[in-house]
Amino acid sequence: MFVDAWRTFAPLCGLLALASITPAWAAPKIESWETGNGARVLFVTAPDLPILDIRLAFDAGSARDGERSGLAALTSAMLSQGAGEWDANALAERLESVGASLGTGSQRDMAFVSLRTLTEKEPMDTALDTLAAVVAEPRFDQADFDRVRENTLVGLRQDEQDPGTVGTKALYRAIFGDHPYAADPGGTLESVGKLGRERLVEHHRRYYVARNAVVAMVGALTRDEAEAVAERVTAGLAPGERAPSPPPVPEPREARRVEIDFPSSQTHIYVGQPGMQRDDPDYFPLYVGNHILGGNGLVSLLMDEVREKRGLSYSVYSYFLPMAQRGPFLMGLQTKNDQAELARGVLMDTLTRFRDRGPTEQELAAAIKNITGGFPLRIASNAKIVEYLAMIGFYRLPLDYLDVFTERVSAVTAEDIRDAFRRRLDPKRFVTVIVGPREGQVAEAR
Amino acid sequence: MKRILTALGLLMPLLAVASAEVQEAVLDNGLKVLVKTDRRAPIVTSQVWYKVGSSYEHGGITGVSHVLEHMMFKGTEKLAPGEFSRIIAENGGDENAFTGRDYTAYFQTLAKDRLEVAFELEAERMRHLLLPEEEFLKELEVVKEERRMRTEDDPEALTSEQFDATAYEASPYRIPVIGWATDLEHMEVRDLRDWYRKWYAPNNATLVVVGDVDPPEVFALARKHFGPLASEPVAEPKPRQEPDQRGEKRIRVKAPAKEPYLIMGYKATALGHSTEDWEPYAIEMLVSVLDGGASSRFSRELVRESRIAASAGAGYSPFARLPEMLVLEGTPAKGHGVEDLENAFLEQVERVRNELVDERELARIRTQLVAAKVYERDSVYAQALQLGLLESLGLGWPLADEYIEHLSRVTPEQIREVARKYLVPDGLTVAVLDPQPMDDKKRRPPATGGLKHVR
Repeated sequence: MFVDAWRTFAPLCGLLALASITPAWAAPKIESWETGNGARVLFVTAPDLPILDIRLAFDAGSARDGERSGLAALTSAMLSQGAGEWDANALAERLESVGASLGTGSQRDMAFVSLRTLTEKEPMDTALDTLAAVVAEPRFDQADFDRVRENTLVGLRQDEQDPGTVGTKALYRAIFGDHPYAADPGGTLESVGKLGRERLVEHHRRYYVARNAVVAMVGALTRDEAEAVAERVTAGLAPGERAPSPPPVPEPREARRVEIDFPSSQTHIYVGQPGMQRDDPDYFPLYVGNHILGGNGLVSLLMDEVREKRGLSYSVYSYFLPMAQRGPFLMGLQTKNDQAELARGVLMDTLTRFRDRGPTEQELAAAIKNITGGFPLRIASNAKIVEYLAMIGFYRLPLDYLDVFTERVSAVTAEDIRDAFRRRLDPKRFVTVIVGPREGQVAEAR
Repeated sequence: MKRILTALGLLMPLLAVASAEVQEAVLDNGLKVLVKTDRRAPIVTSQVWYKVGSSYEHGGITGVSHVLEHMMFKGTEKLAPGEFSRIIAENGGDENAFTGRDYTAYFQTLAKDRLEVAFELEAERMRHLLLPEEEFLKELEVVKEERRMRTEDDPEALTSEQFDATAYEASPYRIPVIGWATDLEHMEVRDLRDWYRKWYAPNNATLVVVGDVDPPEVFALARKHFGPLASEPVAEPKPRQEPDQRGEKRIRVKAPAKEPYLIMGYKATALGHSTEDWEPYAIEMLVSVLDGGASSRFSRELVRESRIAASAGAGYSPFARLPEMLVLEGTPAKGHGVEDLENAFLEQVERVRNELVDERELARIRTQLVAAKVYERDSVYAQALQLGLLESLGLGWPLADEYIEHLSRVTPEQIREVARKYLVPDGLTVAVLDPQPMDDKKRRPPATGGLKHVR
């Protein structure tokens, strides 16, 4: 990119950046059906540009790893390293010679394969056939597997250089304990070092199946063409079975503080506890409430108290990450070492005050205006819409989800937010992770 | 033109899809306004680009462009600190700003009927910024935290910063955008006042609007809000030309880390600086041969085949105000040291100096370029970014549609020629991150963490 220094970080909560509707602009019309082998399809036609975006979402994330942490992520990384009749080199060349781009990724719930291609016949045919092979017939060649695993280990060691990554990994472990969400999707040096290729083959065979898949598509296709494309990219998938729900997340027991010694000039502070599910009854009050607390970039209570009033941190945020089971609520900031406790105090005071008092009517009105007024932005590109489709399909949200979103947001009251925050967040049971130089600080910090 | 058509062949019609008409107007006070209509969604993005950035700075005040960018949100004659962002938020807008070596830019994306809100606010802060001392002191602390986060505590970023400062001597590209720690420590609000007065004027700015709008209406709105602003004499920055490098430079950067990292840079050229206009384009095509996707030479040969690199990249942009470097960087794979990776990069360099690039490689890159240009149309923000960038560099916005044709015209012979001319040992700078133990108490930054103590 050309950009060297941004004024702020957008909090890393893509799925949270949910849309809402102003009456003037309708949400995109979502069409949905099943493929012959049972994959669920969500499609929006976008005829203006000769582009097709596809996102295949499988319930195949790290929540399925069990003892083999990192398995889902490594499986996902191997999909593009050779499939069907093409080895890794041939596969890359096929896609790039028609200008297509392929992406793979694996989170806790979802593993996905995304494709963007031109819709001219020849490039699109090549891209679609390649995609079909990538999801159904990955080769998992031993030599490629060895290479990808070794390079994954290099990446995991690089993670250990970064205080932010060290801190968030520790936070998830502390919040989720024995639950599958505790482990980082990337796995650990130990667990990845022990993985063998046959485990990947098994993982793929079990979870990359049609009934466990959602096909999200946005592009310059008619409904008939879209149906044919959906059949074509899923053709090689066995029908299979949908994966069972992950186990419920246990209640937090007591407050915990994890301190990690790290040779950095800043101390990173993370605070969290189990938050909400994707289909949570408290979804809207928590979403709108968090928007006010620390969800809305430059304008939030946390930004105001921590950065604008006191200059303590460059980035400060809070978010709920709704997942199949309760994902985390988390807050984070980073500040120079000698003011870490001061910043932590401001963070916790701001949260506690908001939990006790809820938002003012003014704050609530401003947040609703921001969310509803910004709706057209959030569905302004094919790239954004296809992500919504995958999310809606994956979490089995109603197809009118985007249509009713503004109404639901606008209906939230200050009392709803106060009530939901008081019931759902318990200040006595937060996990706090502190990453920074610890010598000479521990006694004082406690 | 004939040659271009041959090179792009069947891709030409797609390129036509990707381009759209840009309308230009210049207000009496010198503000250039560019408008591109895109009716795919009922939104609009508005960006104000100033021709100033870290490459305009000098020792003692480095980082001042970026600190000023932060202060642009901190109050004007009519707006209280933070009010700018609150108003944009209440209007459902998305906003931010960024500072680079050659530009500082501010943007808002909004529903199309809110464009005037953005104009009113941007016009106000173009000439009426207050820069209150107490707000400055707080925001300076925020910027110091930003520097700690981005640079001090990131060993690769630290290596990259020292690499630039070593490679460039007279060129201001040696200055980190965020500024040196000591210059931030001693920055004063009057440094910002001087900087603001010097560069923030309509005749040193470009307003770019892309979205569901009618150009005549946008021009009328621009005249209404920006028209009354006074222009200012703006001096051209001095050339500060980089002297010829007379031999390889090499540094090691020791920092707590787990994995080494290698950066190798060759002094190159930029548009408007080269003896032949095609040279920068040939260098960019060369970089694409090395690192243009998963089928490029680095991915194929260094990562997948020889397995010397865990990751390997090449970078260069012809779009810069001053000549940049062609940079190769990467992390060795297990069982290999940085020396192996360096040798592998040098072998790759030798090959492009000696052998002609395969025509099929170029054909694939051309297709990728055209596809990327079509994909860019999915984002009004990305389209505005291109126009604002080219205009701010003094290259002119029409290049946004033309540069793919320039790139497509590049021949294998031209690539070999720029490789022979620029990829020479005497123009090379090498930086190696030398990982130090993470738990060595003696090497730590002090727990008090004041920036002045950080080395």
